Amino acid sequence: MSASGPFQDKPALRVESLTLSRGERILVRALSFDAGAGEYVEVRGGNGSGKTTLLRALAGFVKPRAGKIAVEGAEEPTLALHYVGHLNGLKGAATAYAHAQHWAGLFGASAARRDGALARVGLTAQAELPVRVLSQGQARRLALARLVLAPRPIWLLDEPAAALDARGREMLSALIEAHRADGGLVVAAVHDALGPEPSQTLTVTA
Amino acid sequence: MNAFVATFRRDVALMWAGGGALAPLGFFLGATMLVPLAMGPDRALLESAGPPLVWIAAALAVLATLERLFQADLEDGSLDQMMLSPAPLEALVLAKGAAMWCVIGLPLALAGAPAAIALQAPPSLVPAIVLSLALGTAAFIGVGLIGAAVTAGVKRGGVLIALIVLPFFAPPIIFGSAVAGGDEVGAALSILAGCALAALALGPIAAAAALRLQAE
Amino acid sequence: MLTYLANPARFMAFSAWAAPLFFGLAVIAFAVGLPWALAFSPADYQQGETVRIMYVHVPAAWWSMGVYAFMGVASFVGLVWRHSLADVAARAAAPIGATFAAVCLITGSLWGAPTWGTWWEWDGRLTSMLALFIIYLGYIALWSAMDDEEKAARLAAILCLVGLINLPIIKFSVDWWSTLHQPASIMRSGGSAIHPSMLGPLLTMAGAYLALFAALLMMNMRAAIFRRRVEAARMRGGEA
Repeated sequence: MSASGPFQDKPALRVESLTLSRGERILVRALSFDAGAGEYVEVRGGNGSGKTTLLRALAGFVKPRAGKIAVEGAEEPTLALHYVGHLNGLKGAATAYAHAQHWAGLFGASAARRDGALARVGLTAQAELPVRVLSQGQARRLALARLVLAPRPIWLLDEPAAALDARGREMLSALIEAHRADGGLVVAAVHDALGPEPSQTLTVTA
Repeated sequence: MNAFVATFRRDVALMWAGGGALAPLGFFLGATMLVPLAMGPDRALLESAGPPLVWIAAALAVLATLERLFQADLEDGSLDQMMLSPAPLEALVLAKGAAMWCVIGLPLALAGAPAAIALQAPPSLVPAIVLSLALGTAAFIGVGLIGAAVTAGVKRGGVLIALIVLPFFAPPIIFGSAVAGGDEVGAALSILAGCALAALALGPIAAAAALRLQAE
Repeated sequence: MLTYLANPARFMAFSAWAAPLFFGLAVIAFAVGLPWALAFSPADYQQGETVRIMYVHVPAAWWSMGVYAFMGVASFVGLVWRHSLADVAARAAAPIGATFAAVCLITGSLWGAPTWGTWWEWDGRLTSMLALFIIYLGYIALWSAMDDEEKAARLAAILCLVGLINLPIIKFSVDWWSTLHQPASIMRSGGSAIHPSMLGPLLTMAGAYLALFAALLMMNMRAAIFRRRVEAARMRGGEA
């Protein structure tokens, strides 16, 4: 894969015999995989199979019951990655632009990137609208704007296409392909194939 | 520091959009009004016992605003994004507390002036009461961060927050009421400042630890 | 000793005989201490027979604080090493500590009636004890409000440690407040001013409370562990 992009510290995820649980229930048992620059990893599995828990563990939110997760690509693991989960992380009263501004501060992104991000996800016309009047699909696009707003090598996406229309899905595929071409790494939990050809597929069954 | 400023600005804007200090101020004045209704309008009685009761009203007004402080961030996924910021979560929690103090604590302290006068505080004492309320609301918010964080996952956790936080309100209430009652004003003010500093140091650390667990 | 017991299976084996043993010790200590304190110890030259409430009141005050300190240690261990038995211990201790605090408050009030001439006096010590009792209630309420036990344990542990840091501050401010409002302390009991003939029954009663705490703690912990096992077994059964 091409790894000639802007991510000089080549991103990598190394997962070793990872076991995750929710209470007493084991969700993921002894999972191991490696993924590197330019890869697109699809995580498959039914409802309640632990896809979300796996992504949240990779993000560092959930402590593993056993095993190791190593994240490379930045001096601190949390700075290496973006996480777009089921919840969009949006506030109804704030405008789309106010969100971009807030994230630029939160993640330390430049003003130029901030202004370009809304255009990349097709929300230029909605920039000054409060989020509560946006449709579900538009809200999802706004959440995805974080990915282009602050460049981070590893993307963790949980059902990223949820609520997106056909054009939105195309936009998402293009984002993922561009990120791979830049030498980034994408891990997505999905029900149906997103479009881009996965370099590996993980199946979780609890 | 960017992330701190961004979080502070956003929370100020959101709280402002959500009505700002209007509801807590109204609550504060309403609770103050109940004091003479409970004690009787007797001037001498109010003069001797009334002014410290602004502290009860202020404590309740802060309590009433704590419930949604982190719960909203947990429910809409904003907390996840806070944890992915290069800034430590403790700093972002402090930013939220600072925003709350600017939007709610400071107006409450200013409203303490008319409230204390209405409860027959001597006018010469009013500036000290306003200053003490400014410090005291900071202490309330610092401790309140912890209560709000440990109950963020509990639906309708308002009464629970109050139960958890109220005993920790005892020190600021004691020293604040001493100021309002005119007892050892200087000493009480400096101890109150110490309470506020301690609460703002401990609060974000404990609250951030609780929020990391909430996100699991 | 503690690391040996950190294994739940070993704890269950140990507590199976230790809990009844401590319960027996508590019964013996109460059987000796209560008559000693209530009938055979000397009456106070100032307070007369009412001083006997002290033998119930003071150990309750000591151990309500001691139990909280125990919970603080257990919470720290549970939080840092993620040890589930420490979580269970902290949770199991809370209602016992709260009961001790309640006993202390009630006997304090009963003691106040003849000595102070009122059922309740905002004395510094009683007020601090009331704050401790409310902290106990908040801790227990937080536990019961959460569905996810693992999360509840960690959050309650944070709350417990915050309380541990705050208790001296509350104590200090309440003392400051009570000296501001009442010139001298009314109550003169406990501490080193106590007559040696009262020390014997007092320490016996303190030992009785401690043995009772140990027995109840282990019984509560056993109940919690059994309940967890049943739930785990049900979950496995449900999945199969």
